[in-house]
Amino acid sequence: MKYEVVMGLETHAELDTESKLFCGCSTKFGSEPNTQTCPVCLGLPGVLPVMNKKAFEHSLKASLALNCEISNFTNFDRKSYYYPDLPKNYQVSQNYFNIGNNGYVDIVVKGKEKRIGIHNVHLEEEAGKLVHPEASGANYSLVDFNRAGVPLLEIVTQPDMRSVEEVESYMQTLRNILLYIGVSDCKMQEGSLRFEASVSLREQGANFFGKRVEIKNLNSMKAVLKAIAYEISRQSDLLDKGEDVLMETRLWDDIDSVSRRMRSKEEAHDYRYFPEPDLVPVWIDQEWIDETRTAIPELPVSKRQRFVNEYTISDYDAGILTEDRLLADYFEECVKMAQDSPKELSNWIINDVLRELNERKTSVQDFAIPPKMLVELIKIKPTIGNSIAKDVFIEMINTGKTATSIVIEKNLTQMDDVSELNDIVARVIEENPKAADDYSQGKKNALTFLIGQTMKITRGKANPKILTEIFEERLSAGSK
Amino acid sequence: MLSRELSANKIKEKIIKREITAQEVVEELFEWIDIKEPLIKAYLCLDKDGAVLKAKEIDKKLSNGDKVGLLAGVPVALKDNICTAGMKTTCASKILENFIPPYDAFVVKRIKEEDAIIIGKTNLDEFAMGSSNENSAFHITRNPWDTDCIPGGSGGGSAAAVTADMTFMALGSDTGGSVRQPSAFCGNVGCKPTYGRVSRYGLVAFASSLDQIGTVTKDVSDAALLLQVVSGHDGFDSTSAAIDVPNYISDIDSVDDNLRIGVPREFFGEGLNPEVGSAVMDALEIYKRNGAELVDLSLPHCGYAVATYYIIATAEASSNLARYDGVRYGHRSQLSEDNIIDMYSRVRAEGFGSEVKRRILFGNYVLSAGFYEAYYLKASKVRNLIRSDFEEAFKKVDCIICPTCPTQAFKIGEKITDPLQMYLSDIYTIPANLVGIPGISVPCGFTNAGLPIGLQILGKHFDEGKILKVAKLFENETDFHLKKPELN
Amino acid sequence: MDIGIKEIEHIANLSRITLTVEEKNTFAKQLTNILGYIEKLNELDTDEVQPMAYATSLKNVFREDKLKSSFSRQEILELSPSSTNGFFKVPKVIE
Repeated sequence: MKYEVVMGLETHAELDTESKLFCGCSTKFGSEPNTQTCPVCLGLPGVLPVMNKKAFEHSLKASLALNCEISNFTNFDRKSYYYPDLPKNYQVSQNYFNIGNNGYVDIVVKGKEKRIGIHNVHLEEEAGKLVHPEASGANYSLVDFNRAGVPLLEIVTQPDMRSVEEVESYMQTLRNILLYIGVSDCKMQEGSLRFEASVSLREQGANFFGKRVEIKNLNSMKAVLKAIAYEISRQSDLLDKGEDVLMETRLWDDIDSVSRRMRSKEEAHDYRYFPEPDLVPVWIDQEWIDETRTAIPELPVSKRQRFVNEYTISDYDAGILTEDRLLADYFEECVKMAQDSPKELSNWIINDVLRELNERKTSVQDFAIPPKMLVELIKIKPTIGNSIAKDVFIEMINTGKTATSIVIEKNLTQMDDVSELNDIVARVIEENPKAADDYSQGKKNALTFLIGQTMKITRGKANPKILTEIFEERLSAGSK
Repeated sequence: MLSRELSANKIKEKIIKREITAQEVVEELFEWIDIKEPLIKAYLCLDKDGAVLKAKEIDKKLSNGDKVGLLAGVPVALKDNICTAGMKTTCASKILENFIPPYDAFVVKRIKEEDAIIIGKTNLDEFAMGSSNENSAFHITRNPWDTDCIPGGSGGGSAAAVTADMTFMALGSDTGGSVRQPSAFCGNVGCKPTYGRVSRYGLVAFASSLDQIGTVTKDVSDAALLLQVVSGHDGFDSTSAAIDVPNYISDIDSVDDNLRIGVPREFFGEGLNPEVGSAVMDALEIYKRNGAELVDLSLPHCGYAVATYYIIATAEASSNLARYDGVRYGHRSQLSEDNIIDMYSRVRAEGFGSEVKRRILFGNYVLSAGFYEAYYLKASKVRNLIRSDFEEAFKKVDCIICPTCPTQAFKIGEKITDPLQMYLSDIYTIPANLVGIPGISVPCGFTNAGLPIGLQILGKHFDEGKILKVAKLFENETDFHLKKPELN
Repeated sequence: MDIGIKEIEHIANLSRITLTVEEKNTFAKQLTNILGYIEKLNELDTDEVQPMAYATSLKNVFREDKLKSSFSRQEILELSPSSTNGFFKVPKVIE
């Protein structure tokens, strides 16, 4: 049977702050276990939380970027559950008055725009990390509280996604937005961006939702896509056989590519939320909202649209350029300096710059060729030709020198002088009578060979356009 | 008069004038403690060596002519739910029996800065939950006026120690009356400031929206002195008020004209012991003689205060005490541990006493799925009604006077099997915690059996200065605060 | 409303406290009694009343995002009943 898939995502993004949400301990990733802790983040008796302003501002900024309605009154609640990575055995979170509600994100799938509703955006504290020792038969687990208390933003969608592609696009778009507004580094490999999916199926056209299954332990976007695809087929198999789908939480096993029922959460959760009395409410006035809104840069979707209109580049290219805010800035700076040729700059950036960034595992802000130097290369390109320009580009990265100085140093300026080239062509024809003859007989391939021979002599500097004209003129004239 | 019987202000004066050294004060005090502690059992831990060391340091400062703090050389005891770096802080609970905090509470830092001498930690009902001190996991403190009676709770240890001259002053915590009620039962001065006046940082939480650190002293001037030291803003407590602290010490003797005192009907009705009632009425007469106007008042929702309190306090406590799980600190079960949930459940079953368990259970009940609105939310709304009652009242009067407790100290064991009766003994002190206003209890008489009676003065938010003045006025006219129990 | 043995067991589980049979009986009785007392709140009509969750009128209290030095790991781990190799140690946790 054909089913309609109904999916929602919960995203946890660690906010980019120096210190934790309620204390001055560092949020740095990868330190020795339990070296970034203090009485507050360990939940020692008698300690109290004091809210990190930056974390709150980041949350407000993200809520606005996700088009949420902002509550004038927000406060924090305690969410109670026992787990050894949760120092107080309650998590300070938001339940009754979230910072942001009823927002949306516009995504593009196969060229079509779709709006995904955001149910709410709220701020909470991160838990510590449980480590399970490798040794087989170990009957204990270990706890590291370095991460405990790192500010965490939770973004909950409406169940608006209907396909794997939509989920993928949503994740990419959301990640780009968070990166653009600078609230999270979104490093999935470090766990600073995590997703949980909920999947349910219903018969096409049904007006009720099916039983919802939540999937956790999704450590990459790829894992999310694999897990939901797996879940869709698992549920449709069950439904096809007339069996029930259980409302449950499943853990994704990325190695075996299967999901398994979670064992420890047999008892239905009862989080016993109530207002956190150790924190005071936050009132957000219009001035604060306006101020924050002006600090939000142009977001990827509108930037992409603007690039298409303003620079007449393709939507696909605009998409690549705007995926990273710094890359988009790089492109625009180049265009501004060049006063021209956006299309060519876009090609260079997408093909050459991105390739080198990937190969050299570096980012655009650390790239050896600043916009000014790239523009200079494009400007002198007509005098050296495309293929030499590519070599000069690499040389620029390796040496940090400008294109002009490399061209002068290596004497790479293109040979445009017709009489000089005429002499060389004459010599090539003389030395390669067979090829010259072939070309005269109409074998077009022979010209490539002849030009190659000429380039060898001129060390690539001969202007290929002029060269072609000379060969054509000489050989067709000679045969007649 | 023996030096230990002097007030904190007086002993400090003698120390500063070098009529006596701080070391002599401390050593004499510990001699007395050695004799009387087996009878009263006010302390959970004493630090004679540390106290003597600190006393010598202060004597040296004085002999060098260095500047000394507001509490120079004054011995102070701390309720054992206030964290002291390097000194055990047990909350009178087995679950924290060997817990040594790695940090000092805000108030501990403050009194140290002002050259106080910390002599030890006093007994309390486990995690400050109780009205009699019988819920301590370690021992029961006795009332110095009658050792068959309870000293009150939860801060019974501090109150008994002050009354028995086993310290000059003490700090306690007041969530539903835990400073004021024991002070009333032991015949000394207990002051609970406005919520937010004194930082709670380092006070082990019972109910966060109700807890406030308070002072236990021999007289009102000492209360002003200690309050002066511990009040003020703290960046480590989000609920700490950034409001300037007036000079309580120098303002205390200034006279207020046209003092209007509210007398709330609801605090003089059913359940009030007649001896207590008449002592309070006599006290009101004294105010009247001194020119105060008595205003009949109604606080119509105060009859709901205990029920409201019980929901809010247990809800907050159930979550505040969730952290005692044996993972990061505290008690861990000796039994084999193969499963984390079993470990938690055993640690907590072994570590908590029955009153604490009862409150955790009830708190989790009122917050559990489906009950939030009926209990917690309902109580929060009634709390607002009670707040409005006081807001209205304070439009008409400068302060409110009523009994601190409906009865005098009761016998050990008398109410321990009936939790509800025990809770009802806090009926007059609880409203101040719900509303967040300051209150002070001063001695205003004795029952025929010779047990102290407390007079409670409640003020507007951050109007501690006023209630101290009103309390001082009464003290100037009476000598109840100078009476000493015979300790045999 | 009554709090019976079943309810006591449920909240004991939520509270992570093992109770003896005797405790269950006693607590059930005592909590039912207390619940009966607090039912008196229902005498009040509070439909139009705002809840009061805080005893303070403070709002928007923040700290700046500034690093402070953490505590020494040794000092922290010494508080723990069980630790190893810089970690806190607990019975095996199965997800």
